[in-house]
Amino acid sequence: MNIIYTDNLIIGGGLAGLRVAIAAKQRGYDSIVLSLMPAKRSHSAAAQGGMQASLGACIKGDGDDEDVHFADTVKGSDWGCDQDVARMFVNTSPKAIRQLSAWGVPWSRVRGGDRDVIINGKKVTITEKHEAQGLITARDFGGTKKWRTCYTSDGTGHTMLYAMDNKAIELSIPVHERKEAIALIHEDGVCHGAVVRDLVTGELSAYISKTTTIATGGYGRIYSVSTNAIICEGMGAAIALETGVAPLGNMEAVQFHPTAIVPVGILTTEGCRGDGGLLLDKDGYRFMPDYEPDKKELASRDVVSRRMTEHMRKGKGVPSRYGDHLWLDITLLGRQHIEKNLREVKEICEYFLGIDPVKEYIPVRPTQHYSMGGVRTKATGESPTLKGLFSCGEAACWDMHGFNRLGGNSVAETVVAGMIVGEFVADYCQDNDLKVSTSTIQHFVKKQEDKIGDILTRDYGENPFQLKAEMQKIMMDKVGIFRNGPDLEQAVEELKVLNQRAKKVALRNKISSSNPELVEALRVPKMIKLAQCVAYGAMLRTESRGAHAREDHPERNDRDWLKRTLATWKDDGSNLPEIAYEDLDVMKMEMPPGSRGYGVDNTVHHPDTEKRVAQIEKIKADNPAADRHELSQLLNSTQIPEKFKGKNERIGRGYK
Amino acid sequence: MSDENRTLRFQIFRYNPQKKGDKPRMVTYEVTEAPGMTIFIALNDIREHQDPSLQFDFICRAGICGSCGMVINGAPDLACRTLTAKFEDGQITLLPLPGFELIGDLSVNTGKFMRAMSERVESWIHDVEADDVNYDKLEERMDPDIMDEVYELDRCVECGCCISACATKRMRPDFLSAVGFMRLARFHLDPRDKRTDEDYYEIIGDDDGVFGCMTLLGCEDYCPKDLPHQTQIAFLRRKMAMVK
Repeated sequence: MNIIYTDNLIIGGGLAGLRVAIAAKQRGYDSIVLSLMPAKRSHSAAAQGGMQASLGACIKGDGDDEDVHFADTVKGSDWGCDQDVARMFVNTSPKAIRQLSAWGVPWSRVRGGDRDVIINGKKVTITEKHEAQGLITARDFGGTKKWRTCYTSDGTGHTMLYAMDNKAIELSIPVHERKEAIALIHEDGVCHGAVVRDLVTGELSAYISKTTTIATGGYGRIYSVSTNAIICEGMGAAIALETGVAPLGNMEAVQFHPTAIVPVGILTTEGCRGDGGLLLDKDGYRFMPDYEPDKKELASRDVVSRRMTEHMRKGKGVPSRYGDHLWLDITLLGRQHIEKNLREVKEICEYFLGIDPVKEYIPVRPTQHYSMGGVRTKATGESPTLKGLFSCGEAACWDMHGFNRLGGNSVAETVVAGMIVGEFVADYCQDNDLKVSTSTIQHFVKKQEDKIGDILTRDYGENPFQLKAEMQKIMMDKVGIFRNGPDLEQAVEELKVLNQRAKKVALRNKISSSNPELVEALRVPKMIKLAQCVAYGAMLRTESRGAHAREDHPERNDRDWLKRTLATWKDDGSNLPEIAYEDLDVMKMEMPPGSRGYGVDNTVHHPDTEKRVAQIEKIKADNPAADRHELSQLLNSTQIPEKFKGKNERIGRGYK
Repeated sequence: MSDENRTLRFQIFRYNPQKKGDKPRMVTYEVTEAPGMTIFIALNDIREHQDPSLQFDFICRAGICGSCGMVINGAPDLACRTLTAKFEDGQITLLPLPGFELIGDLSVNTGKFMRAMSERVESWIHDVEADDVNYDKLEERMDPDIMDEVYELDRCVECGCCISACATKRMRPDFLSAVGFMRLARFHLDPRDKRTDEDYYEIIGDDDGVFGCMTLLGCEDYCPKDLPHQTQIAFLRRKMAMVK
């Protein structure tokens, strides 16, 4: 039995995983990062538009700060997020971006003086402050009060990931490539590492560690069309689920991005609309102002995706052989802007659609994009029930996004959570010894060996590719942008059947080493379990919140549903997850539930909301001299790690 | 797309070094073309319906991650964004990228090469003060134009096409190649990296570095991201020649 020991096992080599490894290393603890491929190929690289940090250097970001970012994030989440986490996040994001600047990310910078921009379809001249010259600039994004999304052209994720991986290389952090964690090793509520399969040789090893961090990204590929990379199959969340101990949070919270190209589902960044692009229907008519007169194309993602779907249902979509779509018009931005700030979008249009977006409209449709749900963690990033198991980034339900993530808050989360969780991972290393018996390790490895042996020796059975396609179709058809009871009930029943069929997978190619069919056979049953968590959670949640939109329950219902869904899979033989709920405490909220300001407000309020609002008013009245930092402390006493407590400086404003 | 239902003929290099007794060979597969089909779609179709053992690498399938470099009808390119409609006779020959360790079939180990390259050129900001920066304070100001230029050189996706297109690399196994030069050019331009020309000379001032380049410039011709390899190699060479 091959056993590898380290302080921290990090599963996933994207921005979040690498950042945790760096944080631990800087505190003197070793890590091994596992990656399905070279780390620089992780899906983080595909983030185009930018990272939200309230630097307030560009003129349209003037007046921005942590509090404005906090309010946008909480509203965006439809009050489903953990406000303590959101507070830690917004306070730390400016530090994270400045650190990345020192590590080499070529953030686009402010140029003092006049420049032409497109706002609401019209050319406007804005004047950047000369004293801000050379500081990190920002663009507009959906659901934000200020221009807060910092960027490098539309290759933000790429430049961030390259800087991060380069930093990891500088620190000699080993990345074990083409390795897949297929099960966690745990005993008595403590996680000790993972059983890892080498995707080339097929060899199984046990990686034994004090802490294990899951940073494997989202589970978008349970849908047949997704903007996600094809490796975003949720395997980190799945192995956590299969422990039977660690819960997954809010799995039904799945975001659809308004503008993926048709039919292949590749993303065109929200920056297209942030920079002034418009959505048009089959008549070339700009329809968003009719639905959302205030934010128009830059309403929150879930809202825009729903409005687009509604508009297509009215027969206003552009018919195509791949079904209806709408147009994204960026022609008004002009060649110079597109070739400089939207060049990846231009390349994608040229290669995949054969069109020039400088002159032609881009065919787009809302498409699965982001998983708000994932491995449930405490604010420290640790699982509430499985000690030593951490998670961060999209894989986690750290829960700063609740039921809808704001554009630009995703790459921001990866690096900020990586910083913060990395400190807690290091604390854990400092305070705990590694105690695990080899017989426990042997037990977990043997279980996986037997499982693979069974698959390889079964003569007849289910085709894993086909099972996957069936699952993806169920999710597309019945657990999509708009959901309803009957469809969800059907999806749950059909997935149960798939779950059972997936126990009898057989292969055509029966070798244990490098074998794509075996990889599929190991992953698909796990993916089906995740799909079941999504569908079942969605069926039970009889309200609409953020990206979870029930046609039969259109109201947000704080009275009954201001709570987080927790899914566990205790019995492997069971054909459904167990669902429990965790209440969100209104009386501790810095920002009690209110209206997001879209459409009709038909919220069913929580009985505590009024009380908390009154309480906050009183706290404010009792402390008339408190500045915004002191007030925030009074309303939310979240403990931010010492390192990140400092106030953030802004141009023209100092540390106020 | 003149004929939507034409049959494509793929000739694909097959060899699995993990399998005892396996021998390199070319295998033919036929696929019915669909509208908008890319090599990514076709290869997955072959794997799912004809041969589940076929190995290849795709991650983003959007031309962003650089995983899927392969030799397509004689030219290295990204397979995910290559439309099959581009090939008029419907004949498509696929070979793994040369210059890298073969994992199996069309899959090569670019990761190992690129990590070694990054270590060799020390692909990070060299600034002794960088770790003492107080991140609460305003970030260091940068010239906006220079940052835009750095981004242009930072767009490399480490796909390896430049290595496969490089004749010098074929003759000199330790030749740093265009991907390494581009990385150094990127840090050379970046004012945050405090290395001097003398420091860079230590890395690339020999025949395995920038003086070994025969200027055939396959890198320039085949870079999927259209990076300015020619200009940057010439620039580095001139800079290095000026180091005493």
